[in-house]
Parts: sequence; C-alpha cells; structure tokens
Amino acid sequence: MKDQLYNYLLMLGDNSMILGHRLSELCGHGPALETDIALTNISLDLFGQVRGFFRYAAEVKGGEATEDSIAFLRYDREHYNCILVEQANVDFAHVIARQFFFDVFQELQLKQLVESKDEEIAAIAVKSLKETKYHLRFSSEWMKRLGDGTEESHERLQAAVDTLYPFTGEFFHETPLEKEMKENGIGVDLELIKTAFDETVSQIFVEATIKMPESKQRMVKGKYGIHSEQLGFILSDFQYMQRAYPNMEW
Amino acid sequence: MSKEINLEEKFQARIDAGERIEPKDWMPAKYRKTHIRQISQHAHSEIVGMLPEGNWITRAPTLRRKVGLLAKVQDEAGHGLYLYSAAETLGISRDEMEIQLITGKAKYSSIFNYPTLSWADIGAIGWLVDGAAIINQVMLTRTSFGPYARAMVRICKEESFHQRQGYEIMLGLAQGTPEQKAMAQDALNRFWWPSLMMFGPKDEDSPNTEQSVKWKIKRKTNDELRQQFIDITIPQAEYLGLTVPDPELKWNEERGHYDFGEIDWDEFWQVVKGNGPCNKERIAARTKAREDGAWVRAAALAHAEKKEARKVEKKTAV
Amino acid sequence: MEYPIFEVFIRSKNGLEHRHVGSLHAADEEMALENARDVYTRRQEGVSIWVVESKHITASNPENAGELFEPAKDKVYRHPTFYELPIELKHI
Repeated sequence: MKDQLYNYLLMLGDNSMILGHRLSELCGHGPALETDIALTNISLDLFGQVRGFFRYAAEVKGGEATEDSIAFLRYDREHYNCILVEQANVDFAHVIARQFFFDVFQELQLKQLVESKDEEIAAIAVKSLKETKYHLRFSSEWMKRLGDGTEESHERLQAAVDTLYPFTGEFFHETPLEKEMKENGIGVDLELIKTAFDETVSQIFVEATIKMPESKQRMVKGKYGIHSEQLGFILSDFQYMQRAYPNMEW
Repeated sequence: MSKEINLEEKFQARIDAGERIEPKDWMPAKYRKTHIRQISQHAHSEIVGMLPEGNWITRAPTLRRKVGLLAKVQDEAGHGLYLYSAAETLGISRDEMEIQLITGKAKYSSIFNYPTLSWADIGAIGWLVDGAAIINQVMLTRTSFGPYARAMVRICKEESFHQRQGYEIMLGLAQGTPEQKAMAQDALNRFWWPSLMMFGPKDEDSPNTEQSVKWKIKRKTNDELRQQFIDITIPQAEYLGLTVPDPELKWNEERGHYDFGEIDWDEFWQVVKGNGPCNKERIAARTKAREDGAWVRAAALAHAEKKEARKVEKKTAV
Repeated sequence: MEYPIFEVFIRSKNGLEHRHVGSLHAADEEMALENARDVYTRRQEGVSIWVVESKHITASNPENAGELFEPAKDKVYRHPTFYELPIELKHI
C-alpha cells in the first residue's frame, strides 16, 4: 500500500511539475507584461502544489528521500504525468488551451481529493483547489478572448484545441493504481469527473465559438511512464544541475 | 523677463523646497524629456534584466531555488510595469517606449548584456547587480518626480529579498564543494567589473549629472555611489571567502574608503554602443515577445469591443 | 495597438478604504481586475480591488489649485482648537 500511495503522489505531483515547468519557460517572454506576470503566478502555484505532494511522498517513502530527490532524480519512465501537460508552448493559443483543459480536469479532481480519506492529500487539495479555481477562471477567460477575438486568434485557438484535445482522454483512463486508490477512498472517481469535464468544456467552447474537434482521442500512456518525445528534453533541462553536480547542497 | 523663465525659477524653487512634482504640474520641457528618458531606461532595464536570470529558471537546482528565482524574475516584470506606468504619466505610451527599446533608440543597463553561464551567476547577479541597483534605487525614492519616487518606494520594498536571495545562493556555493566554490569565484570574476560599471561613467565624463542633481533625480554622483557600493560589498566578499578580481583593491585608512583599480572604460562604451556579448540576443528576445504577442493583444481588444457592443445591443433591446 | 490604461485601487484589509496603488494595461474591466490581482496583490496586499479606466477619471487642474484649495486656509473656525474653553472642562 505504501508503494501505491507513493506512486499515486508522484502521479498527482508530476502533472503540476511538468506543466509548471512549461509555464516557467515563458517567464520573460509573455505577450504583455501583465500576462507574463499572470502566467508566472500560475507556475508558482503549480510548483507549490508539487512541493506539497513530493514532501508527503518523501515522508511515505522514508529513508533519504526529499522533495528534491523526487523532483530531480527520477528517470523519464518514472514520471506519471499525462502527456497533455508536456506539450510545447507552440504559441499563446496552445499555452491557453493546454492550461484550460488541465484546469478543468484538475479543479474537478481536487474537489474530490478534498474528501480523500488520506488527510495529507485532502489538506494539499484544499489549498490547491483555491489556486486552481483562479487558474480556471484565467484560462477560460482567455479561451473566450482568443476564440471570440480576431479571425487569426480564432484560427490559432481552434488549431491548438484540435491538437491538444485528443490528449485529454488520458485524464479519464483509469490505471489499476487509480482504481485501487479510488476503492480505498483515497483517490478519485474519474468517470464522474469526465461527465463534468465534458460539460464545462462544451460550454466554454460555445462561448469561445470553438468547434469540438472531430479527431479521435490519442492512444497515450503517460500515466504508465511512457511519454512523448518532449519529456526527455524537459528533463534534461530540469535535472541538469542535479545530474551534472550530483550530491551537492544548493 | 519672459514668462517661461519666471515659471522655471518657480519650478526650481519648488524642487529646492523639497516639494514633489506631479504629472499635471507645469514643468520645463527638459525636465519632462529627461524623466521620460531615465524612467523608461530604468523600466527597460527591469524587463531586459529578466532574460539573463530567466535563462536559469528551468535549470534551477532545487524546488526551493526554482520558486525563489521565478518569484524574483516575476518581480522584475512588475517593476518594469510600475516604471512604465510612471513614465506614461508624462505623456508617452508603453508601446512607444517598447519600440524605442527594440529599435535601439533607448538604452538599458549594460549589465544585462553579459551572459549567465552557470547557476552561480544567478547568485552573483542577485548579490552584486541587485546590490548596486538598490543603492541607486534607495536614492531615487526621494527623487522630485512624484510617480517615479512612488514607484521606487514600492520597488525597494519588494526588492529587499532579491539581494538576500543572491547572497544566500553565493553563501551556499562558497561553503560547498570545491566545484561549487570555483563556480562562485568564476561568477564573481565575471560580474565584478560590469557591476561597478552599472554606476555609469566617471563624474568628469558624465555631462548630465549636474542637472540631475539640481532636479534631485540624483542626490549623489556616479563616483560617490560606486564608492559606496564597493565599501559595502568588499566585507561581504570576504565573508564568502572569495577574491575580488582587482589586484589594486585595498583599504585606504586616510580616505576611509577602499581604493580600487581602473575600470575598463573601453569595454563599458563598447557594451553601451551595442557590442556587448549579448546585446543582440536580448533585443531579439524582446522583439520576439512583442511580435508573438501582437495577435494576442489584438484578439483581447477585439473581444472587449464585441463584448461592449453586445452589452449596448442588449440595453437598447430592452 | 495597445490596451487602455486602468487605475487600480486596493483595500488592504477590511475596515480601511481603497487606496490608489498604481496602474496597468488591460483590454477590458474583467482583464483589468485579473491583472490587478496578479500584479498588485502578489504579497497579500489586498482583500478587495477596484479598477477604473483612466480616461473616466476627471482631475482638477494644478493651475487652479489656488482658487480651489487656498480659500480653505483661513477658515480656522472649522477646527476644534479655534474654540477656547476652560482647561478644567472634560470630555468636550
């Protein structure tokens, strides 16, 4: 059970970590100063959540484990984030669409985790939920702005949605680990989340005048540690210092 | 006596009496121009300054360091924003200022044209560059132009953590492994002289200083500020056990200050003129952000307009 | 093309008034509120935000400061100290 809980915490933390990393790449390059600041705030919130999950994971694992050994010293196959969050910052439309899909899912997931039998997880969820509600507000507003803005912004957003939406199915694929967590009252019921997810997404699509993509959901297995080609590059940046200068204090 | 001269005398009298000048007050054209130039340069320095440090966000060695650096670089965006706002009260738009930056018409602090090559550079920048900036900025909280002074008060309050963060990084490295210590020394070697250059040319080569002092934009000269910085910083370097790369550096009992070697002014002017190691990259990055953001800003404005139109439509329908 | 400027007012805690803290750019009021939250309350500076587009503010002209504000100068009878009462009197 200890191992399962540990892996589940990695799964929860990795989504925030990889998305936080993608947003952190944008710091200093945003489309307006105000938006730059806003995106960094989201990144900071996500890394705050990561620290919550990984500190707890380190406790569960015991021994020498720390939030940093967990964050920086795992191989690519030991990361369990969904493929969506590792997708690149192609343009601001991709940044917003990726954020929006994740926020809708994450808000619903956290709402259930608040009720988790695991008190630590519940506590992290309470704090994270407030942050995520704001992220969702931010990304939904931008979905509407870009969708309903100019012809160019509409086309860009539609293209981003067409590319990214097919990755969202992975959120709702229940792995054996998630099933076990659900049955133990620790994890979430992904089926319930899916219904609410579809509802919110369709509603915002209507407001943003965005068409639901026709393309099928992609067969991806990020939750099993099999990632897109992008994760390796993310990790080579992310882990650079810890790999090049092992066993040092910073 | 013409009216203009009379106004100028009155204006100077207000400044001499320590009064603050507010945007709608009468001011000499040159006062306005000088402030637009200085405040916008200051804003550009904050914004361009995000780039060398931002360079290491994705590679920060621990989660604690990562959030600290992210928050710091984000603050710089905020500080640029406050300063652009202060300049805007004088009748120039942020857009115009951005164009001046990317076309090379406006300058920014040359220090940001040096590359950040190791994690220790993040420490050195926080310690030295922010340290030098704070000396300047504390002085500016009492400058005569109200919006500029208020922006500086806010900035100084927020920036107090920046230098501490930098020094803490240096301290960790200096007390770390031989590789870490070497990394810290290397960063100090590369950033020491450019940090001294941040205070600008020597007083005798700084034609604007006299007028700036008169208008209380400056309360101390470049050389005075530079000396102040050196006097404060040397003991901090000693505490780290690092060597300042200046063989002529020594305490002068008589002056009560450190004596130091000659700055390479040729390098200084080369970097100012755009030939520093990273000038092109910095401007290219700002140009790209501006161009990539153009369609986003256009979209947000178009949406705002449509939304407003729908509101009006609804009202007239009722 | 540039967003219009908004002025930002923040109530730092309940019981206090909103105070002007600075300005920012935004496409509309909603965005201005979000931007104000992200730019001006990063260190728990506020519990409530007002934003107003700068062009909606009407300001007095400093050139009229004399006629506007100086006439109040000699109206000392508006201040409590103008009225002389015996010192032994309390609570008045």
